[in-house]
Amino acid sequence: MIASWLYAAGHQAEVLEALREHVLLSGSALLVAVVTCLPLGIWTARSRAVSAAAINLVNALRVIPSLAVLFIVVPVLGLSTRSAAVALILLAMPPVLLNTDAAFRSLDPAVIEAARSTGMTRLQILVKVEFPLAFPVILTGVRTAAVEVIASATLAAFVGSGGLGVFITRGFALFDYAILMVGAVPVALLALMAEGILAGFQKMARIPA
Amino acid sequence: MKQILFDRVSKSFDGERAAVHRVSFEVPAGSLVVLLGPSGCGKTTLLKMVNRLVEPTSGRICMDETDIRSLEVTALRRQIGYVIQQVGLFPHMTVGENIGVVPQLNGWKREQIAARVAELLELVHLPPEFASRYPSQLSGGQQQRVGLARALAADPGVLLMDEPFGAIDAITRASLQDQLIELQQRLRKTVLFVTHDVDEALRLADRIAVLRRGELVQYDEPCALLSRPADDFVRELLNADDRVRQLGLIRVEAVMRPLPPDFRPGVLPALESSADLRTALSLLLQPGVQALEITREGRPAGVLDFEDLRSRTCQPLQ
Repeated sequence: MIASWLYAAGHQAEVLEALREHVLLSGSALLVAVVTCLPLGIWTARSRAVSAAAINLVNALRVIPSLAVLFIVVPVLGLSTRSAAVALILLAMPPVLLNTDAAFRSLDPAVIEAARSTGMTRLQILVKVEFPLAFPVILTGVRTAAVEVIASATLAAFVGSGGLGVFITRGFALFDYAILMVGAVPVALLALMAEGILAGFQKMARIPA
Repeated sequence: MKQILFDRVSKSFDGERAAVHRVSFEVPAGSLVVLLGPSGCGKTTLLKMVNRLVEPTSGRICMDETDIRSLEVTALRRQIGYVIQQVGLFPHMTVGENIGVVPQLNGWKREQIAARVAELLELVHLPPEFASRYPSQLSGGQQQRVGLARALAADPGVLLMDEPFGAIDAITRASLQDQLIELQQRLRKTVLFVTHDVDEALRLADRIAVLRRGELVQYDEPCALLSRPADDFVRELLNADDRVRQLGLIRVEAVMRPLPPDFRPGVLPALESSADLRTALSLLLQPGVQALEITREGRPAGVLDFEDLRSRTCQPLQ
């Protein structure tokens, strides 16, 4: 532990840079996943058949490990941050999509019918009624995705796009646990922080019951 | 207050047997019409065609002579209050926000909405502090009162009610029915009310439309329905031979006689016109009582004696 601390102190600039890269990479992957999967999930939820197809497809893709995705993408996009981002986006998409789909499919039909009967437009129903009611469940998906992405962003080091994984691969290569910890501990803390912040949001958005 | 006209309305879902088949009738403005029939008779489908939650396959529905399909669907729905059995309150909104939904859509100002919410809570007999509660904190009966208040919020001319008291315990249901009668006397909305509960239909209705398998079997006033059922189906559905039970369901105003010219108020025992015939009968059975003075809001409106009760009540003809 002390050895890790000393190593981190000695490589302060490098650690901070790695942290920044890590947060940026995870954050943008998560953002892209949410922006794409939210509308997609709302759309799949409209039809039982589409929803079933989407769920099965996504679950099938989920079986492929991120590391494998990375090696499939690298020949196309090269050893770059882009490759890492693609792998992480694919990792983040399933939980967001599945939860959005489930959230919208489990809305109470009576509530939706009541909303229609008040003369709201489709957009108004979505914004004023459906989305607020689905939000807590969607957020559960985002939480899962966030933790997975932050943990898996360590893989970025394999394709030379930095992040805290750099210290993990280095520690591994040098057989030095102290260096490995300099990467692993901040990753764990980041994941916990993301989890905590999103849980806070979720509490705020809770539907009184 | 609007008149509704159903003109040869039919609806079939995906080529199955028609859920509603060539139904024509007219709901007079300001009256409460009950759609009555066993489940699957098409009454809910018929109701939902009025606010276009369901579109008819053929035929047309007019509100005050205007074909409702010529109106924009959102505009049409904002003139029609809608109350359903499952209530369907928005769980993430307070009671006040729920009631204020349509006024807010219509662009009312904040203070206007708040004032209207307070007014409506009073109308449905809920305390004003309920405005800030959430639906989940209310009992089933209270939730349905809020549902009714929400439907009435923008003062719609038409109210559609789909088994609104079906999921509520018997005692609360009776009190909600009384309140609806009282409200209706004040507001005179055009109400279409769906139920499969015959007692409820007889208590509430100005007129009843009896439906079976998507077809209109008979459309008449409760008394006429009981005394001249169109066929055995109607007779059995209404249990038209049980006259004692009917007494508890029919309001005095349906059988009272107009005031005679030489009438002197205050001599006879008085009874409100909204009371049922059973109450009237127990008063008439008291010694010395020859007739009753029937009042409406405290003013004499008619008289009723035992002979009226016998001759004008809904007697099944043999």
